Amino acid sequence: MSELFTLPVLLGILYSGIRLATPYLYAAIGETFAQRSGVYNLGVEGIMLMGAYTAFYVASISGDLWLGLGAAAGVGAMLGLLMAFVSVTLRAEQGISGIGLHLFGLGLSTLLFKTTLGGVTSISGFQPVRIPFLADIPLLGDALFNHNLLVYVAFLLVPVANWVINDTTLGLKIRAVGQNPAAADSLGVSVGKIRYLTVTVGGVFAGIAGASLSIALINLFQENMTNGQGFIAVALVYFGGWRPWGVLGGAMLFSLVNALQLWIQVAGIELESDIAVMLPYLLTIVALAVAVRRAQQPAALSKPFERGEA
Amino acid sequence: MSEATSVVTRAAARSAWARRLQGWQGALVPVAAVVVALMIGAVVLVGLGADPVKAYSSMLEGAFGSVSGFTQTLVTATPLLLVGLGVTIAFRGGVINIGGEGQLIVGALAASAAALYLPLPGVLLLLAALIAGVLGGALWGAVPGALKAQLGVNEILSTIMMNQIAIQLANYLLRGPMIDPKEVEAGTRIAQSALLPADSWLVRLVPRTLLHGGSILALVMAVAVFFLLWRTTVGYRIRAVGLNPDAARYAGIPVKRYQMLALILGGAFAGLAGAVEVLGVQHRMLEGLSGGYGFSGIVAALFGKLHPLGLIPASVLFGGLLVGGDKMQRSVQVPDALIVALLGLVVLFVVGSDYIMRKRAAKAQSHE
Repeated sequence: MSELFTLPVLLGILYSGIRLATPYLYAAIGETFAQRSGVYNLGVEGIMLMGAYTAFYVASISGDLWLGLGAAAGVGAMLGLLMAFVSVTLRAEQGISGIGLHLFGLGLSTLLFKTTLGGVTSISGFQPVRIPFLADIPLLGDALFNHNLLVYVAFLLVPVANWVINDTTLGLKIRAVGQNPAAADSLGVSVGKIRYLTVTVGGVFAGIAGASLSIALINLFQENMTNGQGFIAVALVYFGGWRPWGVLGGAMLFSLVNALQLWIQVAGIELESDIAVMLPYLLTIVALAVAVRRAQQPAALSKPFERGEA
Repeated sequence: MSEATSVVTRAAARSAWARRLQGWQGALVPVAAVVVALMIGAVVLVGLGADPVKAYSSMLEGAFGSVSGFTQTLVTATPLLLVGLGVTIAFRGGVINIGGEGQLIVGALAASAAALYLPLPGVLLLLAALIAGVLGGALWGAVPGALKAQLGVNEILSTIMMNQIAIQLANYLLRGPMIDPKEVEAGTRIAQSALLPADSWLVRLVPRTLLHGGSILALVMAVAVFFLLWRTTVGYRIRAVGLNPDAARYAGIPVKRYQMLALILGGAFAGLAGAVEVLGVQHRMLEGLSGGYGFSGIVAALFGKLHPLGLIPASVLFGGLLVGGDKMQRSVQVPDALIVALLGLVVLFVVGSDYIMRKRAAKAQSHE
């Protein structure tokens, strides 16, 4: 084994692990906001698909990656609003409405892709930006500081989200609404407004997560290209104990295993590739079983709020 | 009349009224959801430059307008009905089973393996294959069930992960140990199993169509699930756990065990759907066998108001939608992904309107 895991190989796995973690970070940090306020948005996968398609389409026809990214964020916001309307205003069962949103995003992105773009075409996405000095650090520099902009932003999002949730008034309101909506309501915090805000912000990030796949990492669009990543992002929120740093840990662990798995396939090691592909999902189940400390779950998660009830 | 009795009779009258209101209006909601979804679909069709009237009429014609179309609709409705029954049992038990897709795939794998490798004669082989499918699906439901009961793992997430694992398991088995030796010989290596022995096939009901005995089996199962849920103690307890787990616990029902049972039964029915699909339609296991039945089955179950008998028309409707979507794709060149998007809208409308209906029922009560 020691000849297989040479230093360049390990650094390569670290490099691709960081890339792979990017869409998970956007989607899972966005979902963290929603869940901390008590809304369980299982439709992340569908929003990611719509974000991926929109970014790819707009960037292809306009030639402007930023316009594509903005469009994906906009579509994400609209779908987030839709989810908020169904979950908050109509108080729907959130696990099921999320599946509805998933099917809607899956069907619509496929339909639009086939009618507007057709076959698989690729795009020249966001290019790597070498960070001066830092990228020159021996060994780790290239693995850590030679990524495209969306990768850096995804990782910066973690401390920012942590600060918003834990150290701002807005964060306090979000936590209050997720923990005890009736008490928050009685103190004049609008439960509905906060939840609309967090679910919409979550939608924006899910849209960007999709865009990071289609115009920054893989640079193409394919039918159902997210292939379950949005669902895994939701699982990462549980795994991370509803804390942004925990989400980062989960996303990195998951992505490194995935990078290792991809490398095993490339290296042609005697392990069926179909079995290797299972590893991340098995890991997610094990992680859910081992790591979830139920005490940290927002008390009102997935419970619609009705004034005057209990 | 004393104060107390008048309160009781008034309450009884109210709940009877509310039930009647929910009865006929409740059935209208899913229908309205489909109509509105189709109207939105028409707008999309116009946007794509297609004629919605032509699209929908070719859809209707394709699904219900001919013997071959209608039998195909029933063939597609069969796995939807079976998966939907599993979803219904799970939802009634208060657990959300999104794992129909994986349970169906594992059921199909198990049924194919039994039919290929068990040395049984005649109808015994068919029976063994069906049972293997049920057990395979039940196993795939038991894992999330046990994880929920023992460790409190969220079943929505674990069933979704089990779906992905099942897909990879099928890919592995169909490219490796279970691949058709003929595919290896010819060098084409298409990921599918060998043709199953004819003894294991379900009987074909109408000549020159795919309609098979599994459809009748599914109808029988729908009635059986109705009896299970509303006429047996086990069913009563499953529903009690789903309606109010705290109350059920106070009444001495082991809540976790019944939640696990609901997930196992849910898996068993999805597994049966997979078995019926290979034994009745394909006569071999192949990649992509499911085609999303695991998710469409959820839509059908919601449309059927989570009632086993309501599921029968619901699965025929959605079977027709899927078959008709294929015909529409050919006649107006609009990808049938449109149908998937519309299914998503139907789900959103049905679960969204639930609250409005409850509000209206409550208002009707207070106006009495």
